[in-house]
Amino acid sequence: MEITLIYWLVPTLVMFCCGVYGFITRKNMIAILISLELMLNAVDINFALFNRYLHPEMMEGMFFTLFAIAIAAAETAVAIAIILNIFRSVKNVDVQGIDQMKF
Amino acid sequence: MTTLAILILAIPLFMFLLLGLLGMKMSHKLAGWLGCLGMGTTLVLAYTTAFTYYFDPEYTSEIGQRLQVLLFNETWLQFTEKLVINIGFLLDPISALMLVVITTISFLVHLYSLGYMEGEKGFQRYYAFLSLFSFSMLLLVVATNIFQMYIGWELVGASSYLLIGFYYTKHSAVSASKKAFIVTRFADLGFLLGILILSFYTETFDFITLTSNPDAVLTRFGGATFMGASALTWALILIFTGGMGKSAMMPLHIWLPDAMEGPTPVSALIHAATMVVAGVFLVARMFPVYLLDFDATLFIVCVGGITAFYAAMVACTQIDIKRVLAFSTISQIAFMMVSLGVASDGMGIPSHHGLGYMASMFHMFTHAMFKALLFLGAGALIHAVHSNDYTAMHGLRKYMPITHVTFLIGCLAIAGIPPFSGFFSKDEILAACYHWHPFIGLWMSMVAGLTAFYMFRLYYLIFWWKEHKVEHGHTPHEAPLPMRIPLIFLAAVSVVAGFIPFGHFVTWDRMPYDIHLDLAVAGSSIGIALVAIFIAYKMYCHENNAPAKMKAALPALWDWCHHRFYWDELYMFITHKIIFGLICKPIAWFDRHIIDGTMDAFAIVTNKASYAIRGLQSGQVQMYVWVYLIGALLLAAVGIICVF
Repeated sequence: MEITLIYWLVPTLVMFCCGVYGFITRKNMIAILISLELMLNAVDINFALFNRYLHPEMMEGMFFTLFAIAIAAAETAVAIAIILNIFRSVKNVDVQGIDQMKF
Repeated sequence: MTTLAILILAIPLFMFLLLGLLGMKMSHKLAGWLGCLGMGTTLVLAYTTAFTYYFDPEYTSEIGQRLQVLLFNETWLQFTEKLVINIGFLLDPISALMLVVITTISFLVHLYSLGYMEGEKGFQRYYAFLSLFSFSMLLLVVATNIFQMYIGWELVGASSYLLIGFYYTKHSAVSASKKAFIVTRFADLGFLLGILILSFYTETFDFITLTSNPDAVLTRFGGATFMGASALTWALILIFTGGMGKSAMMPLHIWLPDAMEGPTPVSALIHAATMVVAGVFLVARMFPVYLLDFDATLFIVCVGGITAFYAAMVACTQIDIKRVLAFSTISQIAFMMVSLGVASDGMGIPSHHGLGYMASMFHMFTHAMFKALLFLGAGALIHAVHSNDYTAMHGLRKYMPITHVTFLIGCLAIAGIPPFSGFFSKDEILAACYHWHPFIGLWMSMVAGLTAFYMFRLYYLIFWWKEHKVEHGHTPHEAPLPMRIPLIFLAAVSVVAGFIPFGHFVTWDRMPYDIHLDLAVAGSSIGIALVAIFIAYKMYCHENNAPAKMKAALPALWDWCHHRFYWDELYMFITHKIIFGLICKPIAWFDRHIIDGTMDAFAIVTNKASYAIRGLQSGQVQMYVWVYLIGALLLAAVGIICVF
């Protein structure tokens, strides 16, 4: 049995949806951040897959994946810093409790 | 000469900048003396220039005609090939005359103000403005083209505004300065339109080009007409409108009496001797062009004649001595205007060798001297009693002998009693009027009689009438020395100026000729003046009830004269009731309700709508993600449906 593109896409889709679900339902900001990473990684895998199956002679998808990983690392650092600061000021990382930014 | 010319303009401008920028760092004394020094230097330079021009044969052609000399004439603004505006210095008989008049009066006023304005707040500012005025007036009279004149014209208007409003904490002074500015600005609109029409047809601003060949102007205009009058008439009348505003001719005279709110030396300099004759100067400068069009000159004669009579009537009933002098100024300037008007016979040739032109310039010269004298005398009186009304003055002759004598000389000069200067110049004007038409001659003789009457009414009411009542132990005192010197000097000039052979210096075609006294005219005008003075003597020399009886006998006439024939009220009615009430108010309503209303509606709707939906921004980040997700899915669904 040959492993075609679709065999890979289904797991990444499941991964992505898990991320979305976690992002919306979890209350802890660290958990939200982890969900976010899940979504990002699903997308990264998709980049690599499409490159490998559709245009094997080119490398753009691979490079894009590498860039995305680097940026994800930076973004995680920023997000962690924000979460730490929020925790310092309100002693809480529950996302629903932090509604100071409303009208 | 060119260096002199540049310096004459540059020194007052420099003094303005110096005193205006650094004045606050100087003491009063230093600023005052610097101003005097600057003006004194300008005076010497101007006298040298004028003297050289009049007496050096270099400036006279072989047939004895005085030349028009351009000391310099530089391009200032070049818009297109043809539309060029120059700044220059034109020396000819009338500009040389005005150089002498302006610098003399300006210097004396600078000197006089040292005493009069002593200790006033803003003393340095006052001197800065005086310098600015002197510069602007000099720029105006030496203009080589109409546009330069217009620049000077606006600058004198601005400095007049600044000086009338010098006491800017006083409400009446502020409103008077605004009134002067707005009325003259309104007139200047006419002037500008006139300039545009004239230069549109002639394609030049230059005075020499315009005046040296008037026939070419006529050809240029062709037969262009507008609303029944020729375009030339329109241009000349509109230009004259500017002169009417500046020279306070009816119906644009209303600003001048109010302008008396300014310091008295300013009234002497600007509102008696120099700026207000700018209108006369303008017509004189354009005289060869005015000769082309009889309708325009007829208009000038009518306006002048009516104004002269009107102002003389009003002057008979005013209580404020400066107002009397202001109306007298209006009347005398009207004399000059009439005189210029009657110098034209309607054929393009000046009637009687342009006698009226010479007479007008002569009167402008003598009037500047004796009216400045009268104003400075009035300043000394006001300085002494701290009031503008003659009711506070009566019987001052014993307390202020020098002011008394000099004021009397001024009155005699303006009344036209020989050998004082006013007699000679007014006689020439009356002679010119009689030559033109007997009616206008009689009319102006009558006004001359009124002049003698109201001036001596003023004189007797100030210096005689009854013994002076000394109040609160405050004895009126003679003015300080810097104020006395100008009085004595101007009085001396007013005595001798009439003997200047004026025809040798200023004539319309710049050809010198000998002036003759017209004995019939001179005799009759002396007679009229003496009778008028005698009536004034009978009525006002000693306290009696004749003035009250007169007032009771003709209450309506007295009322109308006292209220200046209700001109101000008429203007108030027109501006407030008609322009403001019927035009501006509806426009303001439209602006406030329709235009502003539309804009406000936008703002209100936006405001309400945002208030209604602000709950959407709940601060719940996951809520936003939900909305985003659903939106993205919906968009994707829409996209998919559209594609398939």
